[in-house]
Amino acid sequence: MTEPFAIEARDLTRRFGNFTAVDRITFNVRVGEVFGFLGANGAGKTTAIRMLTGLLAPTSGQAKVAGHDVYREAERIKRDIGYMSQRFSLYDDLTVRENIRLYGGIYDLSGQEIRDRTALMLGRLGLEHAADQFVRAIPLGWRQKLAFSVALLHQPSVVFLDEPTSGVDPITRRQFWELIYDAAARGTTVLVTTHYLDEAEYCDRISIMVAGRIGALGTPRELKQKFSADSIDEVFVRLARPDVHPPASPSERQG
Amino acid sequence: MTPGSRGVIEVDGVTKRFGDRIALDAVSLAVAPAELFGLIGPDGAGKTTLLRILATLMVPDRGQAFVLGRNVVADLWTLRPRIGYMPGRFSLYPDLSVDENLRFFASVFGTTIAREYRQIAPIYRQLEPFRDRRAAELSGGMKQKLALCCALVHRPELLLLDEPTTGVDAVSRREFWDLLGQLKASGMTVLVSTPYMDEANRCDRIALIQSGRFLAIDTPHAIAASFGRPLLAVRTADRYRALLAMREWPHTSAVYPFGETIHFVDARAEAPPDQIAAELLAFLLSRGFSDASVAPAVPTVEDTFVARMGAPSGERAA
Repeated sequence: MTEPFAIEARDLTRRFGNFTAVDRITFNVRVGEVFGFLGANGAGKTTAIRMLTGLLAPTSGQAKVAGHDVYREAERIKRDIGYMSQRFSLYDDLTVRENIRLYGGIYDLSGQEIRDRTALMLGRLGLEHAADQFVRAIPLGWRQKLAFSVALLHQPSVVFLDEPTSGVDPITRRQFWELIYDAAARGTTVLVTTHYLDEAEYCDRISIMVAGRIGALGTPRELKQKFSADSIDEVFVRLARPDVHPPASPSERQG
Repeated sequence: MTPGSRGVIEVDGVTKRFGDRIALDAVSLAVAPAELFGLIGPDGAGKTTLLRILATLMVPDRGQAFVLGRNVVADLWTLRPRIGYMPGRFSLYPDLSVDENLRFFASVFGTTIAREYRQIAPIYRQLEPFRDRRAAELSGGMKQKLALCCALVHRPELLLLDEPTTGVDAVSRREFWDLLGQLKASGMTVLVSTPYMDEANRCDRIALIQSGRFLAIDTPHAIAASFGRPLLAVRTADRYRALLAMREWPHTSAVYPFGETIHFVDARAEAPPDQIAAELLAFLLSRGFSDASVAPAVPTVEDTFVARMGAPSGERAA
């Protein structure tokens, strides 16, 4: 039996005119894995994500997300994935309940399903008391946790998170990561993009894109060992700017 | 307090409210000349409010603030030209080119790029290849460098930077902090805010800020060391189930995800770390985490932040 993959990309490529934004990337994400998808500005991360979320057709190569082909089944992919961005996720001038109902409607859930899942979600988050408050009135940390739960409302098999814990306090951040781990333990695959590389260390595996290609892929521990680095931040800087930050020489490595 | 007796910045019991929300709650702070000082805390903690008060853009409800020996309210007009302020939101004119933005900010303060070239040269040289490009078309890192250049062009004595590295990639962030280090070395006083704990170590001293109050003010090293309890890091492939299991262990005081590991603090203040580690490992093995390992961990600024946020105020005063 082959291992089930939630995301499979083979030589996935996207060109814009003469510019190759994504250059034959190949990687798999396992079902229930928390996968960090990293890269500097302009490395091709956003283009790759747009292809994997069914928003942009590839130039060549193959990819399947949640079992659906990115060329022929882009609409199915959009239904089977969730998406949460730090910048925009919930409508501030709708109440918590109205936001949930709106998203449930967009994903064609029945009135009964929306009611049941709203109750379950608010209970799990301990937010029952805030159900009829405007989203702008609830603290940022709660908003982030709510946004994540709303992204899971239609029970997607893969959820894409863009800088999910940016700007939250360290306790809320940890509660947020526990929500991510909980979702992964229930079989949801989580793909996280972030500029904040200490966030990458919470992922099971990470990939780092450099100039359209995948420059490194592995567990945070493997990558730190491979690059003789103390942190993913260091690994990243060495990969992205080898001219400025050369790898440690063999003698330094023994230290 | 004698105005200007000690620091470039002296904040004494400053309070600011917006409606019924308290943004700053009687905070006090002193920043020394040529210090690189970090205000570290989440969104909504009060960082921007404090920076705006120091930049003479907002008036405190209570308390006083002095910058370069002058009162930020009474001496606004003589003080403003001596401060460089880089707001958190993109502060440039997106339709103007790099050079046009810079010329504009120079002219507002009655100077020119040519006259200030020496001051801005280290940063401006990195922007020069793009001098005719519209600011809107710069990368995130380049925009921040241009904004820094614009904040420096009138040769201020103090630089106030509100989250200059938010949304910027790791390489550009590192370069930006290197520039701040160079400015500090040239004698500039810099107050910079960030929500990112891992940037704390680039500062001489930091204030941890949460809900309008300072949780701690000290060097990053001293703040990390003030954690004051044995801290253990647990590794296992099944992090999440291990975390839930550890919550049920009777000796657990705090347990939370920390990067690749789980950080653990024991409730027994007197127990030696070796004993705690051995007992915790035995517990994890008994729960079926056969790959688990437990090792002492060095507390970070973030661990201290977590501990102080969780503790009732005063309980863990340094």
